[in-house]
Amino acid sequence: MPPPEPLGLNDNGDDVLEIRDLRASAGEKEILKGISLTVNAGEVHAVMGPNGSGKSTLAQVLAGHPAYEVTGGSVTYMGQDLLDMEPEARAQAGVFLAFQYPVEIAGVSNAYFLRAAYNEIRKSRGMEEVDPMDFLDVLEEKLKVVEWGPEIMSRAVNSGFSGGEKKRNEILQMAVLEPKLAILDETDSGLDIDALRIVAGGVNKLRDPARATIVVTHYQRLLNYIVPDFVHVLAGGRIVKSGGKELALELEARGYEWVGEEVGAA
Amino acid sequence: MNETYQRHFEAFSANGGGSPEWLAARRRAGMDRFAAVGFPTSRDEEWRFTPVGPIAHAEFRPAPAAEVSREALTPFVFGHAEWPLLVFVNGRFSPALSTLPDPALGVTVGSLAAAIERDPSLERHLATHAPVEESAFTALNTAFLKDGAFVHVPARVDLRLPVHALFVSTEAAQGGVAHPRNLFIVEREARASIVESYVTLAPGSTYFTNAVTEVISGENAWTEHTRLQRESERAYHVGLTHVEQARDSHYRSFTLAMGGAIARHNLHVRLNAPNIETLMYGLYLTRGEQLVDNHTAIYHDHPNCNSWEVYKGVLDGRSRAVFNGKVFVQPEAQKTDAKQTNRNLILSDSARVDTKPQLEIFADDVKCTHGATVGQLDEVALFYARSRGIPAAEARRLLTYAFAAEVVDEVALAPVREELDRLVLERLGTLV
Repeated sequence: MPPPEPLGLNDNGDDVLEIRDLRASAGEKEILKGISLTVNAGEVHAVMGPNGSGKSTLAQVLAGHPAYEVTGGSVTYMGQDLLDMEPEARAQAGVFLAFQYPVEIAGVSNAYFLRAAYNEIRKSRGMEEVDPMDFLDVLEEKLKVVEWGPEIMSRAVNSGFSGGEKKRNEILQMAVLEPKLAILDETDSGLDIDALRIVAGGVNKLRDPARATIVVTHYQRLLNYIVPDFVHVLAGGRIVKSGGKELALELEARGYEWVGEEVGAA
Repeated sequence: MNETYQRHFEAFSANGGGSPEWLAARRRAGMDRFAAVGFPTSRDEEWRFTPVGPIAHAEFRPAPAAEVSREALTPFVFGHAEWPLLVFVNGRFSPALSTLPDPALGVTVGSLAAAIERDPSLERHLATHAPVEESAFTALNTAFLKDGAFVHVPARVDLRLPVHALFVSTEAAQGGVAHPRNLFIVEREARASIVESYVTLAPGSTYFTNAVTEVISGENAWTEHTRLQRESERAYHVGLTHVEQARDSHYRSFTLAMGGAIARHNLHVRLNAPNIETLMYGLYLTRGEQLVDNHTAIYHDHPNCNSWEVYKGVLDGRSRAVFNGKVFVQPEAQKTDAKQTNRNLILSDSARVDTKPQLEIFADDVKCTHGATVGQLDEVALFYARSRGIPAAEARRLLTYAFAAEVVDEVALAPVREELDRLVLERLGTLV
């Protein structure tokens, strides 16, 4: 039996994601108040901001979280209207969200869950599904990305995992599902320095000229490991400042209030 | 109708039910008890949520004998070909369809009717543990006690192959009643795994199964008991499993209930000495108009015993489930560690659960906890699965399966666990 044909990364087109004046609410409360952002293949964008700025909401809206209602604007992903797609269709088209709080699913093994996801994505692209044995071959390489052995695959999904293990598991899923657009939501929160090194190392190994990445984070710390091409600061549901990686260092030194004042003064 | 049962009882007494004498007396006591109390009503606290009117008002005749081919049983037989298999068709033992163990194993596995004739020691156990006073159904079963599965594992014998007692109802059972009676004796330091299943060859038929199983677990014995209730969804099933445990023994029960229009199972476990361990797992999967009721009772009468209970339910359609878990801890039963959990997953708007933990604790140095939940699929977990590319319907099935699998995973014997897994997946629609 030849190994299964890899999922692979679609390298068509430079413009992966184009967000125009995006507005979204949770219940009555408007959280995103007009966000515009373009992310091209090969780029890593950091989205930073204080608590409540809307940065996690942006990540979840892009993945199709049903708790949020999009009230305005547009999101074009690889030429398609992303907002018109179900969450599973987005994933099948190559969008991946690494959750801030990965969900525990007792009763289903990590291997079963991840193979189910992998096969659904393959099916949607007209590829052959893989059986459990062949999937082990697929996993072998991917586990190295997060410095894990195969034992983790027989445990229930995130069930009883430490905070660090949960985040590593997100990166493992990302490695297996090979997204075109990877969105990492506060992947550094709750990690000790060793876990941070492994998780960030995994993300760096997955950097690819054909892949676009958005890193949502509160702290500059993660950006010492995952060096972004662009940094955007979110406040009050809007991008209030954009710049290069040096902007993150400035934020670290001067705090978020500084951006607020600067914008307020402008 | 009580008169109908009375008439059938007299006919049975005149035709085989009169011997042996000790058993005839117990049958008569059962009939007398049933005649005195009749079927329970919803005024009876034990039956408050489970109206048995459809059973009480129907005139069931004794289920007739029927021919069944070996091939027809294929969907219900699992594990390995060498496993001892006892097949009962409409309550009657079928030697031709059964596989008895190698006599060299030194265990007795066969029909209870044959054992009653051969083995005078049965008088000590049969119909002495499950009290006819406790329920009209137990009284009725005892009145018509004739046949069922008998397993006797002598001291220090390891019954390596699980025994499967398979109760099959055929099309001919329509409108009929069977009263299977089982006796499992696992003596000191012996090990046994026994599977009891109730299935139908006629999924749309209406009949009544009224089963009683007595389990005696000797000192330091290890017993795994799995009960699969897969009756017709138009049938009625009432069952009692009564367990007696001796010092240092380990008894683990798993009950799956997925059949029956009205299905009730009582599991009563008596801890008769210190240092006993009891595990009780249950899973019920209901849909349509089904009503599935599980009552459990564990009697902590002695110190240093542990009981661990997890019952889970998945309800769809307009189905209903009832759970009642009693834990009695007597003043002598210090250092008792008892934990009870009942969790229910509701998949539809009109399904309903009545759950009631009932702890009566009279000792002060004990650890007893209980918890009951009723909920729906977690929306965040659904989104998580969908965000990985799994379509919504598949994600629902996956999470429902996960909920059920958590308790199936507790079955010790791998082939039994795999069969349960298959049944759950089959009911939920295959995932892979």
